[in-house]
Amino acid sequence: MTLAREIDRGTPARRAGTMVEVEIDGRRVEVPAGTSVLRAASQAGIAIPKLCATDSLEPFGSCRLCLVEIEGRRGTPASCTTPVEPGMRVRTESDRLADLRRGVMELYISDHPLDCLTCAANGDCELQDMAGAVGLRDVRYGQTGAGHLEAGKDTSNPYFDFDPSKCIVCSRCVRACQETQGTFALTIAGRGFDSHVSPSAEEAFLDSECVSCGACVKACPTATLVEKSVALHGQPEHSVRTTCAYCGVGCSFDAQMKGDRVVRMVPAKDGGANEGHSCVKGRFAWGYATHPDRVLTPMVRERTDEPWRPVDWDTAIAFAAERLRAIQARHGRGAIGGITSSRCTNEEVFVLQKMIRTAFGNNNVDTCARVCHSPTGYGLKQTFGTSAGTQDFRSVAKADVVLVIGANPTDAHPVFASRLKRRLREGAKLIVVDPRRIDLVRSPHVEASHHLQLRPGTNVAVINALAHVILTEGLEDRAYVEARCEAEDFARWAAFIRDPRHSPEALEETTGVPATELRAAARLYAGAGNAAIYYGLGVTEHSQGSTMVMGLANLAMLTGNVGREGVGVNPLRGQNNVQGSCDMGSFPHELPGYRHVGDAAVRALFEGAWGVAIDPEPGLRIPNMLDEAIAGSFKGIYIQGEDLAQSDPNTQHVVAALGAMELVIVQDLFLNETAAFAHVFLPGTSFLEKDGTFTNAERRINRVRPVIPPSQGLSEWETVCRLGEAMGHPMPYPNAAAIMDEIARLTPTFAGVSFEKLDRLGSLQWPCNDGAPEGTPVMHVGAFVRGKGRFMLTEFVPTPERTTRRFPLILTTGRILTQYNVGAQTRRTANSTWHPEDVLEIHPHDAEERGVAEGDLVALASRKGETTLHAHVTDRVPAGVVYTTFHHPVTGANVVTTEYSDWATSCPEYKVTAVQVVRATGQTAFQRERARREADARQLARAESTA
Amino acid sequence: MEAGEERAQGARSRDPEREGPRPAADPAQVAAICREHDDRPDALIEILHAIQTRFGFVPETAVPAIADSLNLTRADVHGVLTYYSDFRREPPGRHVLRLCRAEACQARGAERLAAHLTTRLGIDFGATTADGALRLETVYCLGNCALGPNALVDGERLQGRLDEARLDRLVDALCEGADS
Repeated sequence: MTLAREIDRGTPARRAGTMVEVEIDGRRVEVPAGTSVLRAASQAGIAIPKLCATDSLEPFGSCRLCLVEIEGRRGTPASCTTPVEPGMRVRTESDRLADLRRGVMELYISDHPLDCLTCAANGDCELQDMAGAVGLRDVRYGQTGAGHLEAGKDTSNPYFDFDPSKCIVCSRCVRACQETQGTFALTIAGRGFDSHVSPSAEEAFLDSECVSCGACVKACPTATLVEKSVALHGQPEHSVRTTCAYCGVGCSFDAQMKGDRVVRMVPAKDGGANEGHSCVKGRFAWGYATHPDRVLTPMVRERTDEPWRPVDWDTAIAFAAERLRAIQARHGRGAIGGITSSRCTNEEVFVLQKMIRTAFGNNNVDTCARVCHSPTGYGLKQTFGTSAGTQDFRSVAKADVVLVIGANPTDAHPVFASRLKRRLREGAKLIVVDPRRIDLVRSPHVEASHHLQLRPGTNVAVINALAHVILTEGLEDRAYVEARCEAEDFARWAAFIRDPRHSPEALEETTGVPATELRAAARLYAGAGNAAIYYGLGVTEHSQGSTMVMGLANLAMLTGNVGREGVGVNPLRGQNNVQGSCDMGSFPHELPGYRHVGDAAVRALFEGAWGVAIDPEPGLRIPNMLDEAIAGSFKGIYIQGEDLAQSDPNTQHVVAALGAMELVIVQDLFLNETAAFAHVFLPGTSFLEKDGTFTNAERRINRVRPVIPPSQGLSEWETVCRLGEAMGHPMPYPNAAAIMDEIARLTPTFAGVSFEKLDRLGSLQWPCNDGAPEGTPVMHVGAFVRGKGRFMLTEFVPTPERTTRRFPLILTTGRILTQYNVGAQTRRTANSTWHPEDVLEIHPHDAEERGVAEGDLVALASRKGETTLHAHVTDRVPAGVVYTTFHHPVTGANVVTTEYSDWATSCPEYKVTAVQVVRATGQTAFQRERARREADARQLARAESTA
Repeated sequence: MEAGEERAQGARSRDPEREGPRPAADPAQVAAICREHDDRPDALIEILHAIQTRFGFVPETAVPAIADSLNLTRADVHGVLTYYSDFRREPPGRHVLRLCRAEACQARGAERLAAHLTTRLGIDFGATTADGALRLETVYCLGNCALGPNALVDGERLQGRLDEARLDRLVDALCEGADS
C-alpha cells in the first residue's frame, strides 16, 4: 500500500470546446482554450515551480515562482495567469528564470522559521519542495531583521492549528475559504510587509466565522494550517480511498494512514460527489470509530433488567436464532421482523432483507428511510417512474434558478451547499421555501430573491399556488408537457390546479405567504432557462409528504425542467446510504429494485436465486411493528444500526413497544438508547471497517473500503449471514463483492455494477446496465423512465395536528452543521465544542409573552410528552413557530413529536407538532427516567469490567 | 512592537496608558450610514470613510455592523479596513504629524528627525501621545522633495526644510494648541 498523492496541475481544468496547441520546452501539447501555461506544462509532464497556484483555485499570480519565458514576449510572465495561445512557444527553464526563482525563494526563506526537521509538514511541504526545486543554497538576507517569526500559534480549533510564523501569504487558504467553501471567513489583513492571514477580524479560529470545513488546511502549502492529528502522529505512509458515512452527499476521501491508525481524512479531488471538498463532519469527526464507548464483544441477557453477559459470536448468534425460532413457534411466522439501516452498506442491507425474507420467512422488513425519505421514493416513482433524484450534484453549476424547499443545505449537506453557493455567486437566483430563515436566505455573499416563509404544514398549499400561477399566467412549457407527459393526467391536473381556490390570494391566509411574493417566485421559477428543485425532510416529514413530492414533480414537468443538466427534482438525502438501503429492497412491499412482492414474476426470479418461497403479501412497516408489539402479536425484532428509541417519533410509544417485545436484537457501534431494551447486542462496524458500497443522493454508488480490520472481529454482513445460517438458511458469500454480484444479477438497474468496475471507474450512478454501462448522471433524458411523465392531483389537506389554546405554537425540527442525527457519532468527537446541547429557537415575541429570556430552561410540551431544554431567543423563526435539533438524547426532542404520518408511506410528521413552551425549573420525568437508565447501564458496565 | 508580536497577542496596537472607555459605534448609526449607500458591498470604502468622518475613526464595533448591513463577513470588512493606512482604528490624536521618510527626505536627514521625534514624544510612529494631543505617522513622499525634509500637519499644512529646532517649535505649537 502506498500513499496516494494527488497531482496538482496548478490551475483548474477548462472545459472549452476548442483546443489549442502550444510548445513547451520543445514538447507539443494540446489543451482546451483558456488553459493556463502552467497547467498545459503539467499535462506535458513539466512541473513548473509554484506556490500560490493550486488546481482547486483560480490563478492568483502572487508567488512569482512559476515565471516562464515566452517567445516573442518581453519579460517573464507568470505561467499560472497566462492562458495558452495557438502556436505559443514557452521555455520553463533558463539561467535568468533560475536566478529569479532563487531570488524569490531567498526572500520567502528569509522570513520563515528554519525548523524543517521538527515541523509538522516535514515530508509534505510545498515550500520545502520548491526550495529544492529551485536549488536554493544560500539565503543572503539573514533572519535578524523584522519578520513574522514570533507570531503566536492559534490552537483554538479542535482539529487544526494555525501557525502564522510559517505563513508565506500565498492566499491559498483565503481563496479556498471563498471559492471552494464559500464562507469568506479569512482575509489578508494589512498590506505590504504587514500582510497576514486573519480569521474574521483578527479573531481566534474558533471564534471566527470559520465553519471548519478544512478547505484552508488542504490548500495550505506549508505547516501554517495543519491538522492536529498530523502534528501529533507525523506523516501518513499509506492511504485508502473510501466514502464518508455521514450525510447523503457521499464525499470521497483518502483515509491517510500510519499502520492501522488514521492520521487524517483528505477529501479526494476526483471524488464524483465532492471533487476535493469536505465538511467538518467528514473531514474531522471520525474519531468516534475508535472511541472507548464502542462495544466490541457480543452480549446477551435474558431480561433487560439483568446485566449484559459478554459472549463469543457463536453463542450470541445461537442465542438469537434459538429465541427467534421459539417466538415464531409460539406466535407465528410473522411475529418477528427487522429494520435495515441507511448507515450500512448496500451489501449489509441486502443480506439483512434477504435473511428476513428467507430465514424469517416473511416480509417484515423496513428501514429507517421510513422516517425520512420514503415519500420521495413513492412520489417520484408515481410521477417519473423512478424512486430517486434526477440529477448529479455537478448539475447545479448549470442551474439559473434554484428552488430550495424544506432543506437547510449549509448545515445538513454542506458540500452540496458549497456547490450551490458558488453557482449563486455566479448569478443564479434562489428561492427559499422554509418557515425558518435558514442561512441561504441571507448570509455573506448569498441572498435569496424570495423567501416564502410558510407556516409549517402548508407545503402542498404553497406548491399548488406556485403551479396555479404558472398555469393561469400561461408560463408553462406547453411543448414539453405535450411531448413528454400523459395528456389525460395533465388535463385532469390542469383543471384541478386552475381552480381559484389554489390561487396565492386564496391561500395566503392558510400559508402565511404574501400572494405577491409567491407570484413573483412562481414567475422567476417558470421563467428560468434552467430551474432546479432541491428539497429535504421539510418536504417529506409531513402528513402530506408524498403529496408534496408529487407536487414538486408536477411543477418541474409543467415548466419543462426534467431531463437535462441544470434542472430536475433533487432530494437531499439525509443519510449516507438512504438511497441504497431503499434500492436494496428494504421496504415490506418491495424486493430489491423497487419491485412489488405481489408481482409473481419478480418473486419467481428471487425464489429461483434464493431457493425459498417468498411471501406474496407485504410485511409490516416500522410503525405497524411497534403497534403490533403493543397489541401483543409482534414479539421479536432485529435492528440494524438505528436508534429507534431516540430517532423515531413519540418516544413513549416506541419505548413501550420495545419493552413489550420478547427479543430485541440491536446491531450497533454503541449501547444506544434502544439498547436499553435489547436482549442481544451484536457489535457493528464503523465505516472505517466496512467493505462494500454506499449509494448517495445522486444515485452514485461509491466504494467503502476497509481502512482498518473490523475491531469486533466480524463484518456486519457476515454476522447477518451467520444468523441466517443458524436459522437454517445459509447465505454463503466469499466476500462483499459476491453480494454485489448477486444484487447485479437480480436487479436490472444495477446489472452493470461490480466492485471491479467501481474500482476501475471510481463510482457509478445507477441505472448502470447494458444501456448505460458507465452509469447515468442525469435521468429522464428524452423520455421518463415510466414512459410519459404523470401529473398527480395534489389536494391540500391540513394536518390533523392543530394548534390550540393549550398548544399554541408549532414545533419543527432540524439539524445543525456540526452534529449528525441522533449524535451517536458526532457527540463522541470534538464537534460538540460547537453544539454541546440542543436548544429551542423561539421568536422574541413568543419569548416575551412567556417571560422567557435567552438561555432560560424551558419546558416544551405537546399532547404526547414533555421535555426541557434551553431557549435561544431569535427572529430566525417566525412568531408562532419554535425549532430545535434532535442530536442529544438528553433532550429527547421526539418525546414530544406525534404519531401522525404521511398518508402514503407512514413517514412521520416530525416537522409539525403543536406545543406549548413555559419556563421550567427542572428536568421532566422522562428525562429523569432516561438518566436513571443511563446510570444503571454505566453501573452494569462497571460491574462487568471488574468481574 | 513588531507586527507579528502584535498579532500573537490577538489584540490591536493599543497604548496601555491611554486605555479607557473606547468609543463604540452604535450599530444603528452604522446601519444608517450603510443604508445611505444602499447597503451596497461595492460601497464599502465610501462607507468606511463616512464612518471615520462621523466617529473620527472606524471603531471595532463597526466591523460586524457593516458586515451585517452589506451581507459580507467580518473578514471581508477587516481586510479592506486594514489595507488602507488612512483608515484609523484608534481614536485619532487631536493633531496628526506625518513625517516623510522617503528616499529624498532620508537623504536630507529625515531619519535623524524621526529619531528625534520619537525620543522627544516618547512614542513610536503609528502611535499617539498619552494625552491624545499628537499622533505621529510616516508618509512616503509628499511631492516636495526639493524642500525636504518634509512633514504634513493634519492632512493639509505642508512643512518643508525641517530641522530639529523647527520641528520642536512645530510640536510645541501643536501640543499647546491642543490643550487650549
